[in-house]
Amino acid sequence: MSSPLVTISDVQMRYGGAEGTLAVENLTLAVDKGEFAAVVGPSGCGKSTLMRLVTGLHIPQQGVVEVAGNRVTKPVSMVGMAFQNPTMLPWRTTLDNILLPLEVVDKHRRRLRANRADYVAKAEKLLETVGLKGFGEKYPWQLSGGMQQRASLCRALIHEPELLMLDEPFGALDSFTREELWCVIRDLHAAQGVTIVLVTHDLREAVFLADRIFVMSARPGRIVREQVVPFSRPRDLELLYQADFNDIVHELRGNIADARKAA
Amino acid sequence: MSNQADGKSFDWVRAAPWLYTAGLFVLWEAAARLFGLPQYILPAPTVVAGAIVDYWPAIWKNSLQTLYTTTVGFALAVIGGLALGILVGWSRFIYAGLYPLMVGFNAIPKVAVVPILVIWFGIGTIPAILTAFLIAFFPIVVNVATGLATIEPEMEDVLRALGARKMDIMLKVGIPRSMPYFFGSLKVAITLAFVGSVIAETVAANSGLGHMMLAAQSQFNVPLVFAGLVMLAVEGILMYAVMAWIEMRMTGWAHRSALANT
Repeated sequence: MSSPLVTISDVQMRYGGAEGTLAVENLTLAVDKGEFAAVVGPSGCGKSTLMRLVTGLHIPQQGVVEVAGNRVTKPVSMVGMAFQNPTMLPWRTTLDNILLPLEVVDKHRRRLRANRADYVAKAEKLLETVGLKGFGEKYPWQLSGGMQQRASLCRALIHEPELLMLDEPFGALDSFTREELWCVIRDLHAAQGVTIVLVTHDLREAVFLADRIFVMSARPGRIVREQVVPFSRPRDLELLYQADFNDIVHELRGNIADARKAA
Repeated sequence: MSNQADGKSFDWVRAAPWLYTAGLFVLWEAAARLFGLPQYILPAPTVVAGAIVDYWPAIWKNSLQTLYTTTVGFALAVIGGLALGILVGWSRFIYAGLYPLMVGFNAIPKVAVVPILVIWFGIGTIPAILTAFLIAFFPIVVNVATGLATIEPEMEDVLRALGARKMDIMLKVGIPRSMPYFFGSLKVAITLAFVGSVIAETVAANSGLGHMMLAAQSQFNVPLVFAGLVMLAVEGILMYAVMAWIEMRMTGWAHRSALANT
């Protein structure tokens, strides 16, 4: 672990003017380059606000958000995002959906036409990594929910972001598909060296995937606990059934229950 | 379809539109004959068909005129509706300001507008075109604006976080997304456009089916009035079918299940 890629220092964010809802307050956290961080907390604790602060979709009223050493004042184009809803565009093939960010990011949009073959090759390689080889020509609605979610991960990664923000990406999937995708994400993280921030309410998911877990309080959200996950990588799904794994999950569960009570 | 191919059973569902139409005409004919209704109350279909044949040159000329004013008005409504729909869907400020105005305007019966159009443009083709335009315009605007206004916020976040401008989001997501709404609204709009042009022709025109029917009515030529109605129905169905076909062609992806099964 080297220097931090994301630093949030003493940030306050309030919606709807001076009398509006205070979403986060005194929020401070740092995520190292290459790290896999997870953010957990009771619902409505400002996890999504955190996502929008880091990606530059919101600018905080107080405090500083820095990504890669630069203060965030506008959308940072070096992040990829994936959500619970895969939001694939139904009129584009899966491949064209994955290429969409390239049509938007300034660095790539100028080169896309001339180097399309290279980009397509890259997209197909990504599809293969997530186990969707040969599905590029299919339309999203011809894919299952889990497959769409894999494709949306490819879309988040196609422009080689340094930071991947995941907002409950597996929330809508059945538990077997979810475990499969945990492994996909685990392998992507290992292979690409990308920094990942995972926002989730699934504690087992957080402990299985992350190096470090931040527990947020109820609104206004701030970090009440930081938990380092000691298990070595690569981690196997068997880990889910080990006693020390469950101890950590159990303890986090207690923290969140306290955070809910405090609210 | 396979039912027809093996020749064993008849595809009743496919034949249903024709059977029901034939049934309607048979009922109508039977009623007219059975109750001995005079021609100036309800002419039988055979009489109406006879009138269509007898007056064919006039019917043909007036049908073309109505089709012409309707399609021109409709085309203007498509262009104007698409443009204003995109404008309204573009920003909440424009939406908030224009929406009540449009609702108020749409609530005005268009027949009340025709006299004003006549004062401005005189009797004839232009008021009919404009009435068709005015009446067909609203559903297109509302549908396009709805398509734009319902972009998934996550999708917008993904693109904005990558530095997308409003224009990018509109071109890549908003406009393609609103196309099924747009093409769906064309079916409603073309039918309304006929209403508009016939209203104007009935109030103030020298030609067109509306004018012809009014003239026939004043001469108690009821079979010719009905002939005009039949022609209007035929034109309406034809144009509706064209719009439905265009909708299918352009936005097949929106009919997922239909495509997924092929």
